[in-house]
Amino acid sequence: MPPDGWFRRKSKFAPAPAAQIDAQVPDGVAIKCAQCSEIIFTKDFEKNLKVCPHCGSHHRLTAEERIAYTVDEGSWSELFANLRSVDPLHFKEYDSKLAKSVQVTGLGDGFVVGTAAVGGVPLVLGVSDFRFMGGSMGSVAGEKVVRAMEEGIARHLPVVLFTASGGARMQEGLLSLMQMAKTAAAAARLAEAKLPYIVVMTDATMAGVLASYASLGDIHLAEPGALIGFAGARVVAQATVQKPPEDYQTAEWQMGRGQIDSIVLRRDLPQALSTLLVLLTGRTSENAGGLNG
Amino acid sequence: MASLNVLDFEKSIAELDENLSKLHQIVADRNNPQNKPDLAGQIAELEEHRTALLSALFANLTPWDKVLLARHVKRPYSLDYIGSIFEDWTELHGDRMFADDGAIVAGLAKLDGLPVAVIGHQKGRDLKQRQQRNFGSARPEGFRKAGRVMRLAAKFGLPVITLIDTAAAAADIAADERGISEAIARSMFEMATLPVPIVSIIIGEGGSGGALGIAVADRVLMLEHAVYSVIPPEGCAAILWRDPDRKSDAAAALNLTAQRALELSIIDGIIPEPLGGAHRDWAESAESVKAALLQNLRPLIGLSAPTLVAQRYEKFRRMGRFTEMEAA
Repeated sequence: MPPDGWFRRKSKFAPAPAAQIDAQVPDGVAIKCAQCSEIIFTKDFEKNLKVCPHCGSHHRLTAEERIAYTVDEGSWSELFANLRSVDPLHFKEYDSKLAKSVQVTGLGDGFVVGTAAVGGVPLVLGVSDFRFMGGSMGSVAGEKVVRAMEEGIARHLPVVLFTASGGARMQEGLLSLMQMAKTAAAAARLAEAKLPYIVVMTDATMAGVLASYASLGDIHLAEPGALIGFAGARVVAQATVQKPPEDYQTAEWQMGRGQIDSIVLRRDLPQALSTLLVLLTGRTSENAGGLNG
Repeated sequence: MASLNVLDFEKSIAELDENLSKLHQIVADRNNPQNKPDLAGQIAELEEHRTALLSALFANLTPWDKVLLARHVKRPYSLDYIGSIFEDWTELHGDRMFADDGAIVAGLAKLDGLPVAVIGHQKGRDLKQRQQRNFGSARPEGFRKAGRVMRLAAKFGLPVITLIDTAAAAADIAADERGISEAIARSMFEMATLPVPIVSIIIGEGGSGGALGIAVADRVLMLEHAVYSVIPPEGCAAILWRDPDRKSDAAAALNLTAQRALELSIIDGIIPEPLGGAHRDWAESAESVKAALLQNLRPLIGLSAPTLVAQRYEKFRRMGRFTEMEAA
């Protein structure tokens, strides 16, 4: 299972080289979209939810940004924030990589869970942060996915997970691999409880995460252009004779192969989620009109 | 001829075996002028030496040696075990959706008189078989065939036995096109709540999701020299050191041996192999596997479906190591 570093497609948004920006513009005020090369003012970029206003590329979000862009204001309440990874195998440089990721992200590990409301619908929300060792799933991420699902069952709430991960975390060896079975088993319990489980696949959702809880939703949504696939490009190249198509392992390609229900623009995601959850749980059945009469 | 199927660390044994076989030939041939009475003593001495050498070699195997043993081309594969352990083996083909994947075999059989469903990865022995079986790397239809046969077993109350032996699931574009990720995920999802006993044995290579996809079981066992890993050592070395040749360092770092998997509570037991590895004595290996299957399946047979499923959930629920910090 590939860890961090494999799916770091050339970042869509590189800081603009100083020469290309007006000399009057101070550092950090603008960025250049690596997809279309247009210069965007950071202020506009953020107002546009980090989607390029010129070409529509959806840039990766931090967990904090994702939560802010998704939930009703003031509704977020984080759970299980005290879980921390350990280094059970004394794996080469794992300690220092963890420490660096904690420092860069301010997170305990790469998966954040809490309760919130989206469009007035209460739910359990889980968000993966790709900056934390490629969003890789070790014991903590697996445990938090399972706790999110168990929380949904305990509180009778739907569960929505935003995925962004290179796969299982190599540095925890078999303990990481087992998180695939553990999260799949929890998804089975959630399904037995007949609670909605929606997965939103974002850039990138790969390998051990795609091959476990990410592929077990009642509904699979994805952001445009997200990289979604089983194996990384190098492994695929080794296993396949023909050249992959241009759009291979994009959300659009996966949707064409039957794995995704709908590709939704970032700005439309909260509305899409609340609409689906209301449809699935019949929350507003008092308004159902003729069919209830 | 002999050297093709012999690992480096087995070479001294192979040489001894060659000498021994020559001596045996001479002893068997009365007309051979070299056939002298003291040859029997020489043979006994050589055989003793061989056992001592094997014991010494196998007492000090590195994790990488184990990877090589687990991949040994003469190691018994699923169908070899199935042929000698079960009666009335009846293979069932196809996933009823797309194709019949040769990388996973599935069917019904009797274990000591008890009807069971058996599912296993199957590697090929020669080039043609290897192509037909995709080197034991299951495609989506392989996992879906496994799922179909598991549902069949559940319907008729048959215990399920899975034999794991794969480098990894198929990673080509065609596998991705047909949803290899979903197929693995769905298989684990269904195994988690399957209302019949499940015993899985890693007989050779337990290669990441391709292995775990049919190994969400009540009891998971490994053969003594089998390996189980989150990523192949070559891939791990390529990432860690940008050098696939450091695969033996990676094998050590990944803790992929049966002994470590047991210490980490990932598996429930280790099945001993004949001295020198399973490939040296298929019959003895099959007997050990059969005994372990019976021993592990028996206590599960009487359990109710809800108990089985609850215990299986708890087993995987506990897996993982982390800390919980005190609230500030």
